[in-house]
Amino acid sequence: MALPERQTDIGPPDYRQFLPPVIEKNYGKWSHHEILTPGTMVHYAESGDKLFTVRVASPRLLATDSIRELCNFAEEYCDGYLRFTTRNNVEFLVSDESKLEPLVAALKEKGHMIGGIGPRVSNVIHTQGWVHCHSACTDASGLVKAIMDDLHEYFTTKALPNKVRLAVACCVNMCGAVHVSDIAVVAVHRKVPVINDDAVKKACEIPTTIASCPTSAIRPNPKEKSVTINEEKCMYCGNCFTVCPPIEIHNPEQDGVAIVVGGKIGSLRTDPKFSKLAIPFFYNEPPRWPKVVAAIRNILETYAKNAKKHERVGEWIERIGWEDFFKQTGIEFTFQHIDDFTFMRDTLRTSAAFKY
Amino acid sequence: MSGKHKTPMLDELEKGPFPSFITEIKKARNSSAMPEMADDELGQLEKSYNSKRGYWKHGGIVGVLGYGSGVIGRYSSLPDEYPGVAHFHTYRINQPSGFFYTSKALKEICDIWDKYGSGLTNMHGSTGDLVLLGTTTENLETLFAEYSSRGWDLGGSGSAMRTPSCCVGQARCEWAMIDTMDICNTVTQHFQDELHRPAYPYKIKNKISGCACDCVAAIARADISVIGTWKGDIQINQAEVKKYADSGMDIQSDVIDWCPTECMSFDGSSITIDNSQCNRCMHCITRMTKALKPGKERGASILVGSKAPIVVGSLLSWVIVPFMKMESPYEEYIELLENMIEWWDDNAKPRERIGELIEVKGMRPFLEAIGVDPQPQQVYEPRKDPFFFWSESDFA
Ligand code: SF4
Ligand code: SF4
Ligand code: SF4
Ligand code: SF4
Repeated sequence: MALPERQTDIGPPDYRQFLPPVIEKNYGKWSHHEILTPGTMVHYAESGDKLFTVRVASPRLLATDSIRELCNFAEEYCDGYLRFTTRNNVEFLVSDESKLEPLVAALKEKGHMIGGIGPRVSNVIHTQGWVHCHSACTDASGLVKAIMDDLHEYFTTKALPNKVRLAVACCVNMCGAVHVSDIAVVAVHRKVPVINDDAVKKACEIPTTIASCPTSAIRPNPKEKSVTINEEKCMYCGNCFTVCPPIEIHNPEQDGVAIVVGGKIGSLRTDPKFSKLAIPFFYNEPPRWPKVVAAIRNILETYAKNAKKHERVGEWIERIGWEDFFKQTGIEFTFQHIDDFTFMRDTLRTSAAFKY
Repeated sequence: MSGKHKTPMLDELEKGPFPSFITEIKKARNSSAMPEMADDELGQLEKSYNSKRGYWKHGGIVGVLGYGSGVIGRYSSLPDEYPGVAHFHTYRINQPSGFFYTSKALKEICDIWDKYGSGLTNMHGSTGDLVLLGTTTENLETLFAEYSSRGWDLGGSGSAMRTPSCCVGQARCEWAMIDTMDICNTVTQHFQDELHRPAYPYKIKNKISGCACDCVAAIARADISVIGTWKGDIQINQAEVKKYADSGMDIQSDVIDWCPTECMSFDGSSITIDNSQCNRCMHCITRMTKALKPGKERGASILVGSKAPIVVGSLLSWVIVPFMKMESPYEEYIELLENMIEWWDDNAKPRERIGELIEVKGMRPFLEAIGVDPQPQQVYEPRKDPFFFWSESDFA
């Protein structure tokens, strides 16, 4: 069968063709919105028109048949219009108010989790993991599933002081938003990579490999036409592995995950913040990582109980101080928590005023 | 079909209320013309769950004719054991701005994908693309012909301009100060060659958020971050303020007390704002949208440099241009983008992001190269040490 004629550099299709008429008509002229339930909201246009949105959770990894099912809901209740959020939730765009409740009922009947709007946990930003990435030292999708099964009420019903944004990354490349999330999991290595000299000689460019190391831990090994690693300088970032795969960074028994907290993106009230280390290590415990799940619940619930309304996790911690965060959560403070890399000067305390 | 692998570990992840990615992988076996792909994906994943390690090789170079990006090669390191995933390449489709679709368009994408791929997708990838997970080298040209002829082009990958993305903006958000979807679409169309033919030192990302809520995480996940903002006084509707108060909102404790610059007050019936002190953080506006609207002069702040931690630590973007008007066709913004990229392209080492290059070279050469003046909005505070450079031009 002849293939259709290929086109190049046409770019993405124009988004205008995918907008429901109520959006086309009121584009740029929205007045305000109300959150009706944890999973539904209504936007009011200056013209008086209304647009209802129903948000459902998604594992992000979707089979075509699941997309077709979502499309069928959209066809029956939304004239075929739907969208995805930047956090990979699915949103149904309902123009006809009388179809809102029937859509919600139909989604519930099929077991969809409706929620994620307002001061709650929304979908978890995450990465490919063992499902699809060569660099992964945990499975992001599995962690997300285990964490969200545990926290599902904070998506569907229970309110928190403010939004809590979760993320999971399966290596320090952090393809997700781990470094700026309220609570996030990042997979880490803890052992110096093992070098296969023979393969390095064949596959790698030595100067590039040496240059890839941020701590100058890599030296040439002229005898083997390979490289050596100074163990005292290596902080297991894996960058050498990225440019030279025969430098094996993976160590299944000693790889695992860390939990970071307090990151924030928006400028509301306080400036955007990086996430900071809360717990340096958990072993990988597939399929459900019970200790990681429990630790996240502990942090979330300590925040929920003690933060003021409107405070994000990072704002709460800054108000009470990190020393009090460790006390309130019962998390142990270790050598790993003290920065000895690029942010050391900014993070050591230079005041005698602190709490116990 | 039912699978050839036993997956007791993965089956555990089909239990519980949150939608299961394992169920999705199993489902793909029913629709794809190559059910062995999803099936061997399951088999290999079960093995990873037991051994706690992945079995994917570094991506090789694969692609479609005339393009250097958009397809990421992925091969199993155990092709004999799991032949269905011997090739399991990623095909990135450039998403429409704002992730809006019609069911017709999505179903068409699915039908083609079931014919020539695993039936698995990511809606969406971290950068924003509609990601199709798992196809073979020999199917790539067919996929490209099928998709591009229907209007779906590839996104970016490798050392290229990456697929720009944006928040929902004016399509549905009353806080959008700029037309994020149009800017995103315009920039993407303008840089097609740079997107599809990697020729840069490394990747460069552009994200556009309509306001300081920054729903697309532009400030943290884009080398060049655009964030909508305004100039002029916040527009106050005192009648609506009163309605909020009458409806039981505690305006003092929910709004006034949180204003970071302490520039607001409430006397029990109306709000006063000292706009000269407002830093436009958006807190009050998001809490009382009917009563408070941003000032009338709309535009964006342009920030530069953010990236994830590899290798010497994460960066958040730095303010470079405090305020720029953003009106179609966005010539001023596109010119700035081109100038910034040109300076980076001329000066960066391989795998050096623009933020890292600015750290190495200093802010001055960057600002001079792009023709932006030093301004106090670019820093939290001036330098603390007495070691500063002078240029010949300072003595003129
Ligand atoms: S975070 Fe690391 S392992 Fe995970 S998808 Fe990104 S590069 Fe791969
Ligand atoms: S893992 Fe990182 S720090 Fe260690 S040798 Fe490799 S590049 Fe250097
Ligand atoms: S970033 Fe601002 S304008 Fe864009 S969707 Fe979020 S709140 Fe709305
Ligand atoms: S936008 Fe922020 S700084 Fe400005 S008045 Fe409102 S709360 Fe205060």
